[in-house]
Amino acid sequence: MSAESFLIAEALAKKFPGGRGKPDLTVFDDVHFSIEKGEFVCIIGHSGCGKTTILNVLAGLDSATAGNVVMDGREVAGPSLERGVVFQGHALMPWLSAKKNVEFAVRSRWPDKSKKEIDEHCQRYLDLVGLTGSEHKKPSELSGGMKQRVGIARAFAIEPKMLLLDEPFGALDALTRGNIQDELKKICAATHQTVFMITHDVDEAILLSDKIMLMSNGPKARIAEIVVNTLPKERSRETLHKEPHFYAIRNHLVDFLVSRSKRFSEELPAGYDARNPPLVMPGVETQPEPPQPKAEVPHPEKAVVVNFR
Amino acid sequence: MGLKAGALSLVIFLFFLGIWHATTVTPARSGGALTEYEQLMGKSAGKQDGLPTPAQMGSAVKKHLSDPFYDNGPNDKGIGIQLAYSLMRVGAGFLLAALVAIPVGFFIGMSPLLYRALNPFIQVLKPISPLAWMPLALYTIKDSATSSIFVIFICSIWPMLINTAYGVASVRRDWLNVARTLEVGVFRKAFQVVLPAAAPTIMTGMRISMGIAWLVIVAAEMLVGGTGIGYFVWNEWNNLSLTNVIFAILMIGVVGMVLDLMFGVLQKFVTYVE
Repeated sequence: MSAESFLIAEALAKKFPGGRGKPDLTVFDDVHFSIEKGEFVCIIGHSGCGKTTILNVLAGLDSATAGNVVMDGREVAGPSLERGVVFQGHALMPWLSAKKNVEFAVRSRWPDKSKKEIDEHCQRYLDLVGLTGSEHKKPSELSGGMKQRVGIARAFAIEPKMLLLDEPFGALDALTRGNIQDELKKICAATHQTVFMITHDVDEAILLSDKIMLMSNGPKARIAEIVVNTLPKERSRETLHKEPHFYAIRNHLVDFLVSRSKRFSEELPAGYDARNPPLVMPGVETQPEPPQPKAEVPHPEKAVVVNFR
Repeated sequence: MGLKAGALSLVIFLFFLGIWHATTVTPARSGGALTEYEQLMGKSAGKQDGLPTPAQMGSAVKKHLSDPFYDNGPNDKGIGIQLAYSLMRVGAGFLLAALVAIPVGFFIGMSPLLYRALNPFIQVLKPISPLAWMPLALYTIKDSATSSIFVIFICSIWPMLINTAYGVASVRRDWLNVARTLEVGVFRKAFQVVLPAAAPTIMTGMRISMGIAWLVIVAAEMLVGGTGIGYFVWNEWNNLSLTNVIFAILMIGVVGMVLDLMFGVLQKFVTYVE
């Protein structure tokens, strides 16, 4: 964690008062992490570990009980147009058409732009997410995937310094999800967008992110470790499973979610420093690897998609 | 389906007319002179008082509707004029109520503190029959026509107030969060997020209020007299013209239906599908 990092979260904690006589409920505490400019960071963890709360704190929609977040040299004290949010349930306004939804955001960002400029700007971002031709449909006339695309277009259209995505594809079917993942990856690569994303989907995290933060189970959740994605930048969904370290990373993540995440907070490993969670590169480092089932998977392309929802 | 339902409605209507006719028509007299009593009671001129037959009713309706706007002095005005007076009062009272209830409801919905502080007053005032206010209104306003507008105002304010507050309070958090992340100003948030989101609920409140206002105006005008459909009903009762009373009842129903349909259209206009 360097002082020049684009975004620095320090000692974040969220506690809820426990009511009469009961101790406070600590959802997470001592959460430190940093995100560099242009980095795509995913956070993975079980429900209830406070991922959404962390995202809301980054967005400025919620406040942490302790700790602070600094983005681009300035403390995050409230919501800002500098940070675009894609909400879990798309959060489109149902009385506005797709384009008007994007327009609402664009007009908030640039109130002085002319009608024509705003229109062109919105159209550009709707085209970018592949919604050309559906601009004037109301959200109720769009499919789940298209709604989420509008949500993404809305967040991108304000050209924020950072994009926060709260499990954006959770409600979509696998096929639609794949397509939007590809598009999101393309747009992020083209715009060098800094992204923080919550996901439950291990494959999604490996495909999209440069760094994957693993959160242990709550209460008292922590960032257990940070997995560095060593796969080549130009990976794609089709060939992802053929990359040399794919299964090493995937198994490491699944192994963490299935077993290690539960025990982690109770028995912190020796030498664990919450301020500096260990960086791991499964498959590259000399550290003991989790069992390698590579040979036991005869059809890697049919690998079961583990979805921890 | 629509056709079948229409046909069934027609059958029911004809059946109803048949029963009406059978129970009201008097068999032609089988000759013989009138008794002295009958002469005294004016029975010779055929059936004039009491319930009319459907045929008599029909001709009365035709007569009224062919000249709805005549004005022969205070006690003899066309039905159109009477309805216009009533509608004007309802419109004025309703509009005033909307001007108060919607902004106040907005604030109540936005502020849980205000909601809790005002809730006891609303709960006590809401169930009061609007006509109970009439003496107070007559005493303070000292004008019967304005008093009836006040009564409409007080009865139509509650559903609008409560629905507006509820609609505003239950705007989806997500939409408010979107507005927050976009740093949308207070007024823009109120008019472009909260208002459209709460509009269907507010419109439902307005529709209920209009329904109640139309119910109350008849009673209010019976009390204050002078003009209006309620006064017309009472005046015709004093004239012992049940035909006109029934005609007025019919008109009250038709106008009430039209008002409700109008709000139905408005409601459709602001409703959105989630």
